[in-house]
Amino acid sequence: MRDGAEGAATAAAMDLLIRYGDALAADRLCDVRNVAGTMTQPSPVKERLVREGGWDKAFAVINLDCDTDIEVPAMRVPTCQLQHGFGPDGRGIVPYPEQRIDLQQDAEAFYGRRGVNILATCTPYQVGSIPVRGEHIAWMESSAVVYANSVLAARTNCEGTASAGAASLTGKIPCWGNHRDENRFGTYLIDVQTPVDSFLDWGMLGYFAGGVAGEEHPVLTGALGRPDLADLKHLGAAAATSGGVELYHIPGLTPEAPTLEAAFGGAKTPEPACYGPAERRAVYETLNSQGDRADVDFVLLGCPHASADQVRRAAAALDGRRLSPGTELWLMLPRALKDVADRSGYTDVIERAGGRLLGDSCPAMSRVAPAGTRVFATDSAKQAHYLPAILGIEAWFGTLEDCVDAAVTGRWRGSLP
Amino acid sequence: MITLHGRTVVPGYAEGEALVSPEPISGWGGIDPAAGRIIEPRHALNGMAFTGKVLVFPSAKGSSGWSGFFQSTRLLGTAPVAMIITRISTKSALGAVVTRVPAVTDLDRDPCALIRTGDWVRVDATHGLIEVKPAAGRS
Repeated sequence: MRDGAEGAATAAAMDLLIRYGDALAADRLCDVRNVAGTMTQPSPVKERLVREGGWDKAFAVINLDCDTDIEVPAMRVPTCQLQHGFGPDGRGIVPYPEQRIDLQQDAEAFYGRRGVNILATCTPYQVGSIPVRGEHIAWMESSAVVYANSVLAARTNCEGTASAGAASLTGKIPCWGNHRDENRFGTYLIDVQTPVDSFLDWGMLGYFAGGVAGEEHPVLTGALGRPDLADLKHLGAAAATSGGVELYHIPGLTPEAPTLEAAFGGAKTPEPACYGPAERRAVYETLNSQGDRADVDFVLLGCPHASADQVRRAAAALDGRRLSPGTELWLMLPRALKDVADRSGYTDVIERAGGRLLGDSCPAMSRVAPAGTRVFATDSAKQAHYLPAILGIEAWFGTLEDCVDAAVTGRWRGSLP
Repeated sequence: MITLHGRTVVPGYAEGEALVSPEPISGWGGIDPAAGRIIEPRHALNGMAFTGKVLVFPSAKGSSGWSGFFQSTRLLGTAPVAMIITRISTKSALGAVVTRVPAVTDLDRDPCALIRTGDWVRVDATHGLIEVKPAAGRS
């Protein structure tokens, strides 16, 4: 492919994969048939490139790290767009430049014609891109990567914009790291000695796990309840935020770990790190150490993008209530699930309370919060970690109920349950 | 003079003053590409500029936007001149490739312990060779 027999773009893609494979000291590439990357998300650099040479130029530089002019061909393997800038439902609500929404719609048309599925979510596994067990894939988005590896037992490293772009045109990725059998076992043990059985607690356990395990593969045992999709989504996103966790195992629950012994591949089980009441409180206090003003301007739910059931729970918490006049509430979700929320009546309940459902996007990615926001509250450990750095605002972290209370009263009154 | 031997990530040669991170670096959400600075609030290097420096760090952490953010430093003219990475991962490997700076990993000794911020570092990434001239007056 690198010699150009399949076109200049494919040659550039293969050139990037070879440079990248050499950087990793990978001995070969493997076939992938599912790619999740980012092409349509506007950014200042991308806007400049589009002005200079259209989407072909932007794809060449950003998605292939290529300096020569190419034309973007059809994707070789199924490829989806991850979350991006705000969609048309943000017009008039979100202080985000209208021309970026226009630019993004132009990008969607361009890439859609080339076979990119515009899922526009950090959770493609919620809306139709669900790899099967053992499948080699090339995904970006750390929270999706850890979900795919751990919960679905698909195989992916944490890819970047250029490697995912190159994979979409070649169907290849370096066979390194999580793609190889010998690298998929647990390498770190966490013994949970305080009950973990709520959305809040799964996220806090994830934040702890990333902090202590870094890039290791933690195995979680002990006082664990039965997590649902949203709990595991929160766990993985938090672990990939405080550390670099791309794969974890929960013996008896996740597919590659029927037992504790299997999770470690028969190797000796390491001495565990303990997650007890003191560690739990320390995580809560760390995530709540980024603010001292209790006046909340903004409540953010849906990071990673909410499931239909999370939208239902938010609607139930807001039913018959009304947001404080100085406070906004945004719930982020895949646009496909916005349709579900509309049809199920959840959107109506949340909007009657004064909240908004916004498809496609992420305030952290788009670097946008309601105008004048100084203090925000969220039920997501990931957003509580990132948004203060990105937007220079204060953060509170707590349960859905605490966040809705803050939205209704304009005051943070949350505490560790 | 301290000498370290490692493996090529991106070939090439560069030299410059070291900026050594005692902890992993986050790309997206951890650096400001326009300013060429670390911006993570609780990070040991928060507020420090890496433009023109030899960036020495144990590993990459956080979002898959890591490589894209470091590529932006190249496109915006704020990139480091070289990278020395204790433990490689897909984020830092691709990040070094698209930042297009000489980079070395898998060193025979811990670069984050031996190199100090302010030391002058020659990175011969093609041969995996690093030479460190300690800054005057450092212990």
